[in-house]
Amino acid sequence: MYGWTGTILRVDLTTGRVTRERLHPRDAKLFLGARGLGARLLSREVSPAVDALGPDNKLIFAPGPLSGTFAPSMGRYDVITKSPLTGAIAASNSGGTFGPELKFAGYDMLVIEGRARVPVYLWIHNDEVEIREAGDIWGEMVPETTEMVRLATDEDARVACIGPAGEKLSLMANIMNDMHRAAGRSGVGAVMGAKNLKAVAVVGTKPVKVADPEAFEQAVLAAREKISKHPIGGKGLRLYGTDVLVNILNEIGSFPTRNFRDGYFAAADKIGGESLASEHLLRPKGCFACTISCGRVTKVTNPKFAGEGEGPEYETAWGFGADCGIDDLEAICKANYLCNELGLDTISTASTIACAMDMYADEIISPEDTGGFEIRFGDAETMIELVRLTGLREGFGDRLADGSFRLAEKFGHAEYSMSVKKQEIPAYDPRGIQGIGLQYATSNRGGCHVRGYTISPEVLGVPVKMDQRSTEGKPEMVIELQNLGAALDATGACLFTTFGIGAEELAALLSSVTGVKYTSADLLKAGERIWNLERQWNLAVGLTSLDDTLPTRLLDDPIASGPSQGEVSRLREMLPAYYELRGWDAEGIPTPAKLKELSLA
Amino acid sequence: MLACSFAKERQFRPAASRIQVYTWEREGFSVPIMCQQCTDAPCIEVCPTNSMFRLPEQTLIAHNDRSCIRCRMCVQACPFGNVIYDSYADSILKCDTCAGDPACVRLCPTGALTFEDETTSTRSRKKALATKIKDAFQEAG
Repeated sequence: MYGWTGTILRVDLTTGRVTRERLHPRDAKLFLGARGLGARLLSREVSPAVDALGPDNKLIFAPGPLSGTFAPSMGRYDVITKSPLTGAIAASNSGGTFGPELKFAGYDMLVIEGRARVPVYLWIHNDEVEIREAGDIWGEMVPETTEMVRLATDEDARVACIGPAGEKLSLMANIMNDMHRAAGRSGVGAVMGAKNLKAVAVVGTKPVKVADPEAFEQAVLAAREKISKHPIGGKGLRLYGTDVLVNILNEIGSFPTRNFRDGYFAAADKIGGESLASEHLLRPKGCFACTISCGRVTKVTNPKFAGEGEGPEYETAWGFGADCGIDDLEAICKANYLCNELGLDTISTASTIACAMDMYADEIISPEDTGGFEIRFGDAETMIELVRLTGLREGFGDRLADGSFRLAEKFGHAEYSMSVKKQEIPAYDPRGIQGIGLQYATSNRGGCHVRGYTISPEVLGVPVKMDQRSTEGKPEMVIELQNLGAALDATGACLFTTFGIGAEELAALLSSVTGVKYTSADLLKAGERIWNLERQWNLAVGLTSLDDTLPTRLLDDPIASGPSQGEVSRLREMLPAYYELRGWDAEGIPTPAKLKELSLA
Repeated sequence: MLACSFAKERQFRPAASRIQVYTWEREGFSVPIMCQQCTDAPCIEVCPTNSMFRLPEQTLIAHNDRSCIRCRMCVQACPFGNVIYDSYADSILKCDTCAGDPACVRLCPTGALTFEDETTSTRSRKKALATKIKDAFQEAG
């Protein structure tokens, strides 16, 4: 095959059996790769009723057909599994070099099954696959784990691993690769930890073949050109990283502050991308074959918060910043480094700490519950200590490690959790930006912005500006972005390539690399297929239209101050139209006709 | 590395790249390494079949894949590790500058790589130094 390697690698950790099988061309054509093929395999082989942390759940690492080529910023992979945080299907996306290396080793997917008797790591060198005891590596932080695994395998090995948070089954644990890149959301690291799998190391020396090299080269050069000419894709992200969004969102009063008590943070500029670039940025950094380089290599020298690493992204700076009422960028960087080292999702961790601060402020929890901590908004040092305790599941951190929903529910106030389907929502206030609220509520993995990044049209004006306060045209727009996003993820492309290119360019790249003819309509159809397949899985798990909602605070309590003062989310107006446009019934269930149209029935 | 393997093999296989780039993650520094086209070239000296040879009237060293017997003496002889034996394709890999139009330069997305005539490249360095001296004197004056 071209683009695809044509092989799936399966490792059963219970029996130690390693097998290979052929990728079915029809599946590849319909579901593309990464998130799409992963969803296909999971829904075929794993019962929605399984315990996410039990041996019957499967953990799938899947790059896309464009991963490993020099298509710009398209070397990404997804981790697909049943999420222990949401119960829904998880597909966590990450960059770096790990996904391409899996392709070079010869695999479109790595499927981990069962559960190892003792902690192990996996060493894949092309056709040689070894399950080795993890020994002393178990218990180590992410950077040390990466270095120890490289020392034991190959100094150039690409390593994906969990930190202590994953080992201790934190429902917010991520999987880190290349030390600093994260498959961040939905607690995929806990699934890896439950399987007793500490790390996967890969070295590959095989090819990713190209069906039509001349056409592919032309398509790559054209896509690169468009991205480089785009003000955000070509320049903005490299200069300031995603954290440039802080001031933009604050200026429109949709920058959630103190656990969404407000939508405006007076000290926002202190934690934005411009401040980061002038105070702490060592250099921008790109992932495999990336021409954008949004990554931030940063360093903090102040002994109080000293550290170095990558980040913060916008959502991280928001979470540990405004959402916790903190305006100290050095403290935010430190919390980010700690999350990367412990293997924690920054969005969920920050939002869970903000939730605890909120409940503390309202005297729902007291120092008796927190092991003596006074958890106040704005207290940077306590916030950092709580990150550490969460990653290690020590003291009050044991409660925090299961996320904000379970924390708030435990104290009888689930409404303090700013989550959808128990996953924390990120840094864009849906009261001031109507489309993103519909996206949060309908996202197949719970609270998440990247499943349908409506911020592009609603705030940044890409490709055209829509009024963020209006609900007009939003259901159509959310659906289009969700479908495009699903297809894009499935090819291995980075979401940021949409700051320059769209379905047409992706279709040209995909057609020339695979030899399978895709039009932009075919690509969007594949995205819709993936979306509906994920929906079907979630319905089978037991989620219903009642779960397609937002925290009551966002539906009923207006934004307190700033430019969007008085706004609430008008989700209830948009949801019925969304279902109808999706071809779903009033309960949000895909109709048989829709499933047939998408070759899912 | 992607451009190199794509130009040479029409597929993506970084392991087959004739140019390698090593990156120090923590220091944030990358160094490209490739054939130096040595004047007194050990790879030519040790080749028993004259498959490694200098192009007439040029500084570039070429490799004849057909007459090569894969004894890998050149791999052992290169002091820089820039001649590689690739077991996947059973061939010797060495940069030949794509006959003067290197793909790594042509396809470099950021223009970080340029292909320069040897005298031009040293001239630009000499000139840069001379400019500094000139500036220093002007400031002092």
